[in-house]
Amino acid sequence: MAKVLYVDHEKCTGCRLCELVCAVSHDGISNPARSRIRVLKWEAEGIYIPMTCQQCQDAPCLNVCPVKAISRDEELGRVSVDYNTCIGCRSCVSVCPFGAMNFNATDRRVLKCDVCDGDPQCVRFCDVKAVDFIEAGEVAIRKSRKAAKRVSDAGKQAADLQALI
Amino acid sequence: MALNRKIAYIDLTTGDIQTKAIPLAVRKKFLGGRGLDAYLLYNHTKKGCDPLGPDNALMISGGILTATCASATSRTHIMAKSPLTGMLGSANMGGFFAPELAWAGFHHLVIKGKAKNPSYIYIHNGEIEIRDARGIWGQSVTDAQWSIRQEMGDEEIKSCVCGPAGENLVRFANVMTGVKNAAGRTGMGCVMGSKNLKAVSARGTMDIEIAHPVEALEYNKGFISQITSAKVNQTQGTLGTPFIWGATNSWGGVRTRNFQYNQCEYSDDIEPERIDEICEETMGPYHMTGCFGCQVHCRAQYKIPEGPLAGKYDEGPEYTSLGAFGAETDTPRALTVLTGNHLVDQFGMDNLETGSLISWAMELYELGIITDKQTDGLDLSWGNDEAVLEMVERIAYRKGFLGDALADGGIPASKKIGKKSFDYLIQVKGMSNLHSDERATPALALNVATASRGSDHLRSRPAIDLYHLPEEVLRKIYSNPVAYDGPLSSEHTEYIGKPWQVFWQENLYMGVDCLGICKYHTVFLGVTLPTFEEWSKVLYFNTGIEMTPEEIWEVARRCNMIERLFNLREGLQRNDLEKGDMLNHRYFDEPCRRGALDVIGISIDKKKFVKMVDELYRHQGLDKNGVPKPETLESLGLENEPSHLV
Repeated sequence: MAKVLYVDHEKCTGCRLCELVCAVSHDGISNPARSRIRVLKWEAEGIYIPMTCQQCQDAPCLNVCPVKAISRDEELGRVSVDYNTCIGCRSCVSVCPFGAMNFNATDRRVLKCDVCDGDPQCVRFCDVKAVDFIEAGEVAIRKSRKAAKRVSDAGKQAADLQALI
Repeated sequence: MALNRKIAYIDLTTGDIQTKAIPLAVRKKFLGGRGLDAYLLYNHTKKGCDPLGPDNALMISGGILTATCASATSRTHIMAKSPLTGMLGSANMGGFFAPELAWAGFHHLVIKGKAKNPSYIYIHNGEIEIRDARGIWGQSVTDAQWSIRQEMGDEEIKSCVCGPAGENLVRFANVMTGVKNAAGRTGMGCVMGSKNLKAVSARGTMDIEIAHPVEALEYNKGFISQITSAKVNQTQGTLGTPFIWGATNSWGGVRTRNFQYNQCEYSDDIEPERIDEICEETMGPYHMTGCFGCQVHCRAQYKIPEGPLAGKYDEGPEYTSLGAFGAETDTPRALTVLTGNHLVDQFGMDNLETGSLISWAMELYELGIITDKQTDGLDLSWGNDEAVLEMVERIAYRKGFLGDALADGGIPASKKIGKKSFDYLIQVKGMSNLHSDERATPALALNVATASRGSDHLRSRPAIDLYHLPEEVLRKIYSNPVAYDGPLSSEHTEYIGKPWQVFWQENLYMGVDCLGICKYHTVFLGVTLPTFEEWSKVLYFNTGIEMTPEEIWEVARRCNMIERLFNLREGLQRNDLEKGDMLNHRYFDEPCRRGALDVIGISIDKKKFVKMVDELYRHQGLDKNGVPKPETLESLGLENEPSHLV
């Protein structure tokens, strides 16, 4: 089964190196406007959330495309744009619920995450693993373990309180 | 590409804005960032200009590698004539401003004049506009930034701002970006305030083409590994800079009660692990954050855990805040440090200068040189947490005799207070020393005394001197990229070879500041980190400029010399206690009273210190008075300064 990009926003330090390496590896240019991944920030509260394409199973961008330029690539687990067919109408940008379909005003074309053909550079450069590339089925178990840890911690805390009483 | 980023000359009096390309020849001579700023300052100000007058030039810049595919090119540099020292004003900060400025088309801004009304400069994709800031004047550092975003309807705008302290012309007000990134020293925020300039904001989506993108990306991967594999950076990434404070204090290198002691006792509540605990309790397990493109993530996040400001979010506290609001004032309580840190971040004021001057005032209070009359009844006894925090606010808003006097900086305040107050002021060139105590480390004492922007630890400090590295390791580091076969000593209490180390570090730090990279990514605290050789490659892959490590070293020497020329023009004299390369007498006369066996009882030997300064001058190509020899200027191509190339 193809791997997926998994974002654990709690781990993100907000450095935006992912944006830099995404743009440089795809276009040879440093410019966050060219990045397929973007770190959204609430700086006043210290919250940073990387956002990128979810490679949806029932992808709105694919469904809306009037010229069928967007297709699913099962092998790499991604939704990709065929630029030879794309007419640049930006319908996909409008319908994407995550804002992950971007439009580059300089090249005047849409852009989205292509998981770097299976070796995502954002993952390769993110030391803290706020972005990871894992089996789709693995995501839920990771989240379960994290949630279970909270339950376990709460349990221990309760036990400590019991002991105090 | 990086090399087509421009300089903008902005006159706030007339509203005139000119933009110019930076010729390649100028790049090769000064690279960018702090180095080119120094050239611009020397060329665009006249001798004796009023630091608070319209003729002072305020430089805001990124380095030549800013926003390229090199690690941690986050640094913004600010330069002007300093209203605190009357000499070189220069400060550097992390965050996200400089990259945004580069994406907006500019590397350097030269701001002169004075706006009629409070204003801010907005830069967007090559366009520059001076806008009305009357609505945000008076706002805190963070509120001002969020207000600009709201006004422009763009959450991605990055701003450099001055806080209320800058507006009130506190001589050590800083320039800040984000929640806590501060270009802290020499009063650059005061210069902004004097120009009626509340902020400089940038938003850019312009391409920066990388000269050799594939190589740059791959090289960066290795470069980052070199940086993050250093133990010191891994520790920074978990405990932040407080870890340095903990180590230094346990050894006996932290000024306490101004300069009475060299170690803060009963410091459990502000040890790095305790601070980390508070960060975790208030912000969760992942509470470290980073500047642009940096994998070290040395900044902690916290919320003030209790008290009147409970729940307020901030970042840090850094090494300096622990010293300024914990040790120097002898108030080693986390709540005081975290609150003090938050207050200076909101007022936009240098934490180091603030804490240092408050502790000086506390010593004067103890000695009876100032009394309740000057403090308006405030009890400035050591360890009075409330008084320390109250003084922070009094300085920012110039309240009362003492708040107003301290806001003018140490030397002017000592003239107002009189008596022997000046003797107790721990400063060089009019700027307070860091809370670190250099009496057991002659190399660090020499660095503090001769740093170009006044007493400072980030201009030439051979911090690795404390590691007792074997001589062959020292030789390997300090004989590159130029040969050095003079003596070197692994012993930190020695005077031998230290001038060369200070000279080498001075050029290293200038190099990194010209590139726009953070100092934690070079030989500052870690021994194995990148230096000239790696920079030569990073520079080539990203910009296409071919320069050898030796040539980058020459650039650094040239830029340091320009700073020297500026200081000499503005009155530097070697042994002058107010404007010279000289330490306060207490370094020589008062031995350390606490600390480890290699620290206790030690002080700086004045004769040996003078010899070190002589030797440093020889390495720098200066004469006995600290003035460059004509042949030095000629070899660096500076014989015709100011040369007005840009």
